[in-house]
Amino acid sequence: MARIGVFICHCGENIGATVDCAKVAEVIKKVPGVAFSTDYKYMCSDPGQTLIKDAIKEHNLTGVVVAACSPRMHEPTFRKACAEAGLNPYLCEMANLREHCSWVHEKGDVTTQKAIDIVRTLVEKVKRNVALMPIKVPVTKRALVIGGGVAGIQASLDIANAGHQVILVEREPSIGGHMSQLSETFPTLDCSQCILTPRMVEVAQHPNITLYTYAEVEGLDGFIGNFKAKIRRKSKSIDEKTCTGCGLCTTKCPTKKIPSEFEQGLGNRPAIYVPFPQAVPNKPVIDKEHCRYYTQGKCRVCEKVCPTKAIRFDQPDEIMEVEVGAIVICTGFNILRPTFFPEYGYGKYKDVIDGLQFERLASASGPTLGAIRRPSDGKEPKNVVFIACAGSRDPAKGIEYCSKICCMYTAKHTMLYKHKVHDGTAYVFYMDIRAGGKMYEEFVRRAIAEDGAQYIRGRVSTIYEKDGKLIVKGADTLLGAQPVEIEADMVVLATAGISNDGAEELAQRLHVSYDQYKFFAEAHPKLKPVETNTAGIFLAGACQAPKDIPESVAAASGAASKVAGLFSNSELTREPLIAVVNRTAPPLFSTCVGCFMCQTVCPYNAIEREEIKARDGKVIKTVAKINPGLCQGCGTCVALCRSKSIDIQGYTGNQVFAEVMALLEED
Amino acid sequence: MKIGLYPGCSLKGSSREYNESVVAIAKAFNIDLVEVQDWNCCGATAAHNLSKELSLALPARILALAEKEGFEELLVPCAACYSRLSVTQHELNEDQNLKNKIIDIIGMDYKGTTKIINVIQFIDKYITDQIEYKMFRPFRHDVACYYGCLMVRPHDILKFDRPEDPQSMDKVMRKIGANPIDWAFKTECCGAGFSVSRTDIVGKLSGKLIEDASDRGAELIIVACPMCHSNLDMRRAEIEKYLKKKNKMPVLYITQAIGLAIGLDEKTLGLQRHFVPVVLKETGDDYKAEKKEVTQPVETEE
Repeated sequence: MARIGVFICHCGENIGATVDCAKVAEVIKKVPGVAFSTDYKYMCSDPGQTLIKDAIKEHNLTGVVVAACSPRMHEPTFRKACAEAGLNPYLCEMANLREHCSWVHEKGDVTTQKAIDIVRTLVEKVKRNVALMPIKVPVTKRALVIGGGVAGIQASLDIANAGHQVILVEREPSIGGHMSQLSETFPTLDCSQCILTPRMVEVAQHPNITLYTYAEVEGLDGFIGNFKAKIRRKSKSIDEKTCTGCGLCTTKCPTKKIPSEFEQGLGNRPAIYVPFPQAVPNKPVIDKEHCRYYTQGKCRVCEKVCPTKAIRFDQPDEIMEVEVGAIVICTGFNILRPTFFPEYGYGKYKDVIDGLQFERLASASGPTLGAIRRPSDGKEPKNVVFIACAGSRDPAKGIEYCSKICCMYTAKHTMLYKHKVHDGTAYVFYMDIRAGGKMYEEFVRRAIAEDGAQYIRGRVSTIYEKDGKLIVKGADTLLGAQPVEIEADMVVLATAGISNDGAEELAQRLHVSYDQYKFFAEAHPKLKPVETNTAGIFLAGACQAPKDIPESVAAASGAASKVAGLFSNSELTREPLIAVVNRTAPPLFSTCVGCFMCQTVCPYNAIEREEIKARDGKVIKTVAKINPGLCQGCGTCVALCRSKSIDIQGYTGNQVFAEVMALLEED
Repeated sequence: MKIGLYPGCSLKGSSREYNESVVAIAKAFNIDLVEVQDWNCCGATAAHNLSKELSLALPARILALAEKEGFEELLVPCAACYSRLSVTQHELNEDQNLKNKIIDIIGMDYKGTTKIINVIQFIDKYITDQIEYKMFRPFRHDVACYYGCLMVRPHDILKFDRPEDPQSMDKVMRKIGANPIDWAFKTECCGAGFSVSRTDIVGKLSGKLIEDASDRGAELIIVACPMCHSNLDMRRAEIEKYLKKKNKMPVLYITQAIGLAIGLDEKTLGLQRHFVPVVLKETGDDYKAEKKEVTQPVETEE
């Protein structure tokens, strides 16, 4: 006879204010098989857990139902408490009274009744739970970091310094990411490259880091501790071992007028190129889309001039498979592109540029060597209008979130501009100034007070060109929405930070979740900010949401410490909630008929063929067998099994039917 | 299929030529446009300043009438009426209690299922594909397409075109051979209701608009709103006062431009009713050319 203990949690007011918890405990006490039932204000607290432990011992419970919040957060808490009291943890289940009941309904008898029904189903389930043992799996102590921006660099270095192997994969020809494009950084105005490039070099030289640039992750199999990643190393058309990075080829390449990605289209690059002088690795790649030899079949100038004969036109893409135990995604962000702002003439007028382009203009290594000159005619702009929230916080544009970094970098832009063009005027149209952060507000005030940036609270409706000037029409909402018109020489849009190109495809390839804006989703917004919902895959930086450098670096170190923590065990324990094919007594051995439909549908290749042999070695029957290391417990095979021979442990057909029957039962 | 037509007050009064040209091109393209019987005022700018219920009940009654007559689609050429009807339908669909209350007030059945279309949507759906078969004289002029405030906004409710840089009218104009210029005042304010009370403001706002269109080489302005038309056309004296110079740029309804392109005569389209005379430059096409043999695709029953 089952002896189930039921523990109803008030969750403070979250459940207690809507559901009559005492009544639920009262009613449940009468359910056959329930040996103990009580309610308590915070079941997850230490006294709450003690209450459960004591009850297990005192009433000799064979199963526990904690009726509280969603199991996502606290199921491990309560299972651990049960284990401490000597009860197999898988005999403990949670009934979700918060998300499924109290949060979505008004206070009332019906709500309490629903709570009772939910608890009743779980009681029936737990009666049929069996003790399960966790599965042990080995850990491959090597991490894969995807993306070599500042977050990926930091994560790689931290993991490598903890003594583990790291494979860093970067899509572009060089690591460095957006940070390498920036001129100076807020709130200290120190040079971005000066602080980043030493880190980039460290990555390249670190004995524990293997760097693959111009490479992408194409697929991922396996699970925490035991991933197999497929990496495509795109052909660079050069032999990296022979190439010395002398750069002669890049100066002789006849195709020179390709808009440089690094310069945000403000400068040009040849078809064989190194994205920027401080690139790591500092060896060129050939852009096959623009190279004359690849497009027209003639040229090969680079091959002729190369002193070490390192050019390889016939080099194929290389696909490699690596085994890793953990993955950190640091694929960064992008900014909104022109077509989004027809009213601002972005993409139509040359002198309406975005924030990243302004960074290149202000950068000492940029196309103008740091002189602020407008793109159309190279003149020094005397009136520059900066528009914050270009796309951000604008439901009409489909982006409701704040891009977070723009207030600060716009303030920085006005400073950089004023420090270089003393007689110029910088105007900023803003909605709010969001400068939360250490020394951030002071920084913005400095831009206004010391460098005289003209902040106008209001939005810009339209920008048009007239007589060589950009007419910026906006409103000053602090002066009663008075219309403002500024004749500007250049306009800089702080365009919204958005998820990077290909983020959605990557998320699908890695089986991690992402939000409506295609940013990667963290496992918990507060308490698991660097984890994804897929165990063993972590996040850092702006691939999660727009983030500034300090935040990205902090997240990267956080993710790295999670990886190091994971690697501190030689084996991992996995939840035993996996599929099993039943075994029965001879002569049947199993109800499995060996149709292997399950093998065809299993997304994890976890189903094998097992031959059941007689003593003489003769095969009696071939049945399916599930590899516990690979099975993820998705249940697809269960649904497909025609002879109902497969069950998910912890969620067997019997258990689920018992739950449904309990719901259908009249009280 | 019959399409309902709600003209509203302007199209029966100061903008008769808009109504005439809408009806004329519908007829030319064999579209069965039927005026809603016993229609009332949409409430215009006045009602929603006075009473929310009134501002919803008036358009709701019109929509209820359209439903009663069985129109799946209701063409509302006036941009202000289009806005009022669309807002009403949206608000009542969002709020069941409000809907019941308004149904109570108008004392009629109201479901809110009629599809309200503006003149551009109407042209786009029923006429654009047919234009080339009816083309008589390509409308080879540089035009400034002026959308005004109500045709594309609020976007959340209308879900029509891009609110800041609309393109739908430009598309139609290209179809009849015109060259829509790129200009900055597509959705700027013309002065709207100040047409009567503060003509000086209309002069300034509409003046800026006409000035920009002229500076960028437009020969005429194309509109789809009676209010815009009256401000730009009827208030030309105030505009010229603001500009401190003469300006004879004609302002045509989109339907009039289409009418000219398919060879309807000026009187049918009501061009003589404009304050600024409609004088267009010679396009080099033979005006007296006989109508091309029109070959239309065979219509199939659906």
